[in-house]
Amino acid sequence: MTTATQAQHRYLESFNEFEQVAAGQELPWLRELRRRAFARFCEVGFPTTHDEDWRFTDVSAISNTAFRPLRDSQSGVSSLQLEPWRVEGADCQLVFVNGYFAPELSVLNELSENVTVTSLAQELSRNPRSIERHLGRYIDLHRDGFSALNTAFAEDGAYVHVPRGVIVEEPIYLLFVSAPNGLPVMSHPRTLIVAEEDSQATFVEEYVSLGLEPAFCNAVTELVAADNSVLSHYRIEREQASTFNISTLRIQQGRSANVASHSVLLGGSLLRNNVHPVLAGEGSECLINGLFLGSDRQHIDNYMLVEHASPHCSSRQFYNGILDDHAHGVFHGRIIVHKDAQKTDAKQTNRNLLLSDDAQIDTKPQLEIHADDVKCTHGATIGQIDEEALFYLRSRGIGEVSARKLLLLAFAGECLVRMKETAVREHVETLVNQYVLRFAIPNAQNGRPVEAIVKAS
Amino acid sequence: MSALLEINDLHVSVDHHEILKGIDLQINAGEVHSIMGPNGSGKSTLAQVLARRDAYEVTSGEVLFNGKDLLAMKPEEAAWEGVFMAFQYPVEIPGISNVYFLLSALNAVRRARGLDEMTSMEFLPIFREKLALLEMDDKLMNRSINEGFSGGEKKRNEILQMAVLEPRLAILDETDSGLDIDALRTVAHGVNAMRGADRAMVVVTHYQRLLTYIVPDYVHVLVDGRIVRSGGAELALELEETGYGSMETNTSAA
Repeated sequence: MTTATQAQHRYLESFNEFEQVAAGQELPWLRELRRRAFARFCEVGFPTTHDEDWRFTDVSAISNTAFRPLRDSQSGVSSLQLEPWRVEGADCQLVFVNGYFAPELSVLNELSENVTVTSLAQELSRNPRSIERHLGRYIDLHRDGFSALNTAFAEDGAYVHVPRGVIVEEPIYLLFVSAPNGLPVMSHPRTLIVAEEDSQATFVEEYVSLGLEPAFCNAVTELVAADNSVLSHYRIEREQASTFNISTLRIQQGRSANVASHSVLLGGSLLRNNVHPVLAGEGSECLINGLFLGSDRQHIDNYMLVEHASPHCSSRQFYNGILDDHAHGVFHGRIIVHKDAQKTDAKQTNRNLLLSDDAQIDTKPQLEIHADDVKCTHGATIGQIDEEALFYLRSRGIGEVSARKLLLLAFAGECLVRMKETAVREHVETLVNQYVLRFAIPNAQNGRPVEAIVKAS
Repeated sequence: MSALLEINDLHVSVDHHEILKGIDLQINAGEVHSIMGPNGSGKSTLAQVLARRDAYEVTSGEVLFNGKDLLAMKPEEAAWEGVFMAFQYPVEIPGISNVYFLLSALNAVRRARGLDEMTSMEFLPIFREKLALLEMDDKLMNRSINEGFSGGEKKRNEILQMAVLEPRLAILDETDSGLDIDALRTVAHGVNAMRGADRAMVVVTHYQRLLTYIVPDYVHVLVDGRIVRSGGAELALELEETGYGSMETNTSAA
């Protein structure tokens, strides 16, 4: 058997086992959806670099590894192990281990009236109709094998429902933990967030991993922003160097809905960050803001697909990347303006700092405009740390590493200032501060212990 | 007593092109020296080398600052020792606020000198006093470093940094260029307020104008990488009359 058919065989085995016992297996629509998705996955398999949308990203490391799902939500993870990822003062932090809800590890205080924050599996058993109305309705199974695979294995993840007119002040934190238990583990967390008309809420998805064995997290979130809702969604990746993460955020925006998507990509070995908003209602607005930091041999691929499907909508994409060592970054910014989406105002900016000769960025705008009265702009920059600015800071007594760190934080700060939710922004600031230090050390000094360099500066 | 700054036979090149061709200069604490010269004479190169910019290659000679080898120091180390250069073209740095930058710089210098770091509460009164000295709007201070500042505001900001960091040797690299007379007076006032027995200053300028406000103890004329004449403040006035051209002729004649 070839590797590809071996892989398919493995997934088929896993799927057959899974669909007999998965939550909601008694629901005909869900069985149908899973089977349809799995058939689609078998048909297309994993993407290759011959696929235009995956030109810069080779996922063979994922397809060649024998990942298995682990349906035991405990997986021996203790609350103590999660300490580093607890958010101080958070009223609500749902924890998912290998894609499965772990209630005993979660913090769930009373939220505003009638807001539902639970797991997809629980909601499937309690109130499947609320799920049926939305699950799989927005994600395009034909886009790639990963979304199809996630849908085939869709069973658990977060489910949030914010009723009409309700304003949720506190951010809702969702922590996804990959915890390989001796064997390479895969998870397919599926999150559904439905925010009704005039509601307002903030969601923070954070992806981490325990242990050093390979893990593959293939997450899909469908975010439904009804008319006039105001939503912020954060995705923070800080997994181990042994983890592969493919994440897809599909946003469906109603009339005058205002959504911000913030991505902060720090860890992991291979990351693919798909953000796909559809501005379906007139006058809706979307901010797509991201920061990615890559070092060693990290591969970070950002694929933006912004669809303007109605008139008078605006979208703003801002992605900043910092790449060092042999890291490879990708920014693919695709904007589709449909025929009737007149008065579209779409803007895209990707700025990159390359800190070593071997770091690489592929940045690619792609505009498809079918309307005739639109404003679309795009721009990309690739540069190094500004030597003039560095000398200026150093000439005032600020040590080289500190000065580089300040300049990198200033560059990263362009993305941070767009994060309006103070508590979340401060959380992100703390993380970026920690991560950026290793980028502040000049390459000539690589190999020396970090502590020694920091002390000397 | 040995000089605060001692430059001996300094030769400096950029891209194998010799800019400074043997500079000798001694500056004692308490003195103000002016270095004047036409464009391309090497005055800015001298200032930049003293501030330890690494774009220049020192081919021979030595510079002692307070008895230490200045040429072996990194820019930050020179700053810790008390060297400060006011930039001819201050750099705009988006994303870092002026006040944060100033306090970070001050604390870096204080740490290096074995002093306790200052909290922002301790810093505030000192900062306000220096702002008043330079007649600067404190609104500028929460903005990014030099971003959107006018030419005059940038130059004042340089002197403000100098006033906060209290260096032992202050080098002003064409701080007067492009300033209107009001800004020039304010900047000169700030500089004069910092003159003192422990501090030396080097005022690099193309024009005599600044020297009517900052009166130097010594004037040196730099032409084509060499100091061709040295004298008192009156030399600047002579230059105003005769121009640099006569100096060049004089040297070649001599």
